[in-house]
Amino acid sequence: MSVQIDNSQPAPLPLAAGTARGPWATAVRRLMRNRSAVASVLALLMVALLTLLAPLYASYLGVDPFRSNLRGTIEIAGEAVPVMQQSTSGLGLGVTPIGPTWSPGGYMLGADNQGRDVAARLLYGGRNSLYIATAATLICLVLATLIGLVAGFMGGVVDMVLSRILDVLWAFPVYLLAISLSIVLLTSTIDLGLFTITAGSLALPIFIIGIIYVPYVARPVRARVLTLRQSEFVLAAVGLGLPTHRILRRDILPNLMPTIIVFVPILLALAIVTESALSYLSIGVQPPDASWGTIIQDGQTLLYSRPIVALAPGIAIVITVLALNVLGDAVRDSLDPRGQVP
Amino acid sequence: MTIWTRYATLTGAAALLSATALTAGAETREEMMAAHRGGEMRLVAAAAGGTIDPQINYTLQYWQLFYFTYDGLVTFKRVEGAGAGEVVPDLAEAMPDVSADGLTYTFKLRQGLKFSDGSDVGVDDVVASFQRIFKVSGPTAGTFYNGIVGADACMATPADCTLEGGISADPASNTVIITLTAPDPEFLYKISVPHASILPAEAPLEDAGVTPIPGTGPYMFESYNPNESLVAVRNPHFKEWSVDAQPDGFVDSITFDFGLSAEAQVTAVQNGQADWMFDQPPTDRLAEIGTLNADQVYVNTLTAFWYAPFNTNIAPFNDVRVRQAVNYAIDRDALVGIFGGPVLAQPVCTILPPGFPGHEDKCDYTANPGTDWTAPDMEKALALVAESGTAGQKVTIVVDDTSVMREVGTYLQSVLTDLGYDASVNSISGNIQFTYIQNTNNNVQISVSQWYQDYPAASNFLNVLLGCDSFHPGSDSSVNISGYCNPEIDARMKAVMQLATTDPDAANLEWAKIDQAMMAEAPVAPLFTPKHVDLVSKRVGNFLFSPQHQWLMSQAWVQ
Repeated sequence: MSVQIDNSQPAPLPLAAGTARGPWATAVRRLMRNRSAVASVLALLMVALLTLLAPLYASYLGVDPFRSNLRGTIEIAGEAVPVMQQSTSGLGLGVTPIGPTWSPGGYMLGADNQGRDVAARLLYGGRNSLYIATAATLICLVLATLIGLVAGFMGGVVDMVLSRILDVLWAFPVYLLAISLSIVLLTSTIDLGLFTITAGSLALPIFIIGIIYVPYVARPVRARVLTLRQSEFVLAAVGLGLPTHRILRRDILPNLMPTIIVFVPILLALAIVTESALSYLSIGVQPPDASWGTIIQDGQTLLYSRPIVALAPGIAIVITVLALNVLGDAVRDSLDPRGQVP
Repeated sequence: MTIWTRYATLTGAAALLSATALTAGAETREEMMAAHRGGEMRLVAAAAGGTIDPQINYTLQYWQLFYFTYDGLVTFKRVEGAGAGEVVPDLAEAMPDVSADGLTYTFKLRQGLKFSDGSDVGVDDVVASFQRIFKVSGPTAGTFYNGIVGADACMATPADCTLEGGISADPASNTVIITLTAPDPEFLYKISVPHASILPAEAPLEDAGVTPIPGTGPYMFESYNPNESLVAVRNPHFKEWSVDAQPDGFVDSITFDFGLSAEAQVTAVQNGQADWMFDQPPTDRLAEIGTLNADQVYVNTLTAFWYAPFNTNIAPFNDVRVRQAVNYAIDRDALVGIFGGPVLAQPVCTILPPGFPGHEDKCDYTANPGTDWTAPDMEKALALVAESGTAGQKVTIVVDDTSVMREVGTYLQSVLTDLGYDASVNSISGNIQFTYIQNTNNNVQISVSQWYQDYPAASNFLNVLLGCDSFHPGSDSSVNISGYCNPEIDARMKAVMQLATTDPDAANLEWAKIDQAMMAEAPVAPLFTPKHVDLVSKRVGNFLFSPQHQWLMSQAWVQ
């Protein structure tokens, strides 16, 4: 996937009679006029709210979505029904978890192979998926902005070295790189000096996803900085002998913000999908923790008898990623109306 | 052996078919041959099983095929049930003469045998084949065949292996003499497996890979593409010499296709597009095939166990009370449910599987200690953990990424959490998990593994899995995953292996006591003994299951 950023200066903003609206307020105004964007924001807020309420839901049901409940029962129509149901027909092979009760009283979406409430795990899994995606996005943006700024502004050897490193990193297929890193790091503890990432912790997928998408953002950021570096106001600042850090902070960075902001929803969507893929492959979130990816993996072995276990997190991913992509388009259009596809 | 190397397994293969071709009289067998000989059998698997070199491959997937493509001097009898543990002469015309001191085995080779390329089978081929086991660094060279005189030198410099003093041949009398450094009651078992197959002396002195090596069985490999299929056709030079050792096969050819998921394999067999699936049916299809395809399903007990090895050298499992606590806390019925229910698994408390030589029904780690496991005893488990003062420690369970293994690991994580530990599960690729958990440098605290018999002897479990000689710190090949070494018990095991040469019954009684002595120290938590599900197409007849060979494919027909 690629994102095209218009590197030219923003178009002069139309001013309403008697009012002088800033560029950010105008962008927000444009965004709010976009019905798809508003719907996406509402959908995302709903997903976030539901996942935040996961502990409340689990507490209401009295279930622990991280503990096995293989011998548990649930009361249905006054009768205690085992959560894990032994086949009694034919040769009596197989044990199947209870299916969806579609009732808020428990096992609304049925149970998984450990007898755990799928609905509760879906909410907790969503929390982890969103948390990992958000943290990875922040890490990626910070690193990519720093690299892009330094490479674009310093130029010369610094730019050449940083750009080649980014090229090498980007030359690897993203998923291959993520899978390789996960497999290597999954059994090791990473000591980064200030903090340590232990094997199996949520920090590991955050770290991996945050790293692998750095070139994806850093290269357009660098390109934008190269353009800004030649702009008159930056040349003037340089000519006045202002310190580099001031120029970067006061002149370059604010003008980079539209580019960076456009990447936020796109990166979030990519991070959610990547995390799900890694967890589905057993190299992301580790049990008993849940994420949408791990729940899909849990559901894979129940695809034939209890498809809802895999479908539910799949649908959650689709809704969230779709909303983020629509929002991403809308944000880009609002910040850069000339780049809008008619 | 593990799931990766699981081969012939099973005790007491349930006699689902009472009349069999092998136990029937010669005339009946001839009639069966006349009625059912011919046709093509189609097998399916998710992936190929690696090299088709019989002295190197160590997978159940291909050992089942090697049994009808290659022969050793002796072999396990091709029958279903407990009789399959009997060793019978194969390329040797009779059982060997064993010297009084148990060190020398003299085999007389059958006359007139030919390899599938038409060349004669001679005693030189036998000598070269035993040397080749070391020259190609066979996976069991150092464990099964290191008792042959000269094996040490072969292990040191495989390329120059001659087994001098260990094997000699006399073409005139057509005899081969094998000399051991010490009596080994299990030696005949060890040379009955495919790693001791007799191959032409000209066989490559490296892994043959995808190139078939001529064999002596009723079938020979015609082509092998690991990305597509493996095809076996009739060996034109085969003449049946012993129904017990190597009976002729019914079908004309066997095609083993690769690349179908287990789900797709089930569907292919149900639709008659395949005759058998190698992989176990997915758990969510079990109820369906057990109901709709009940007459096509064969369930047989395996001589194997799933277990959780504790690392007895690092906290918290260096405290015997913690190991005992986990044994008390595990709900083995719940684990049986994960595996598919009581029809497909049985809770166990001992290391030796039920029905295996030396096994005695006994369970201390249950709510009501006795012969069988009944229920977990959480009260006792919690008391032991409290006594040990280890509650709150971090514990990581290392499992592979197969679905059932992950489920077992997740369940154990719940148990450890209930016991007060900060437990987590680390699920790593099945390609590395087995070696990873063996290496002490990885500091694995607890893992989940499986062990399937290589041959029917108690030492294959107790000595191999928990003997001091099997523990190699810092090595990926340290099958004593627990790192358990009790010198006193180890000495008892060595003594009982010698006792087995003269009094196997007394030895088995002693093995049962050793099993219990080990379990008192709980270096492992036995979980359950699994059963094997074979799903075949409607047209498959004469399905026979042997504890050693599993499905005797060559004895099934498709028309």
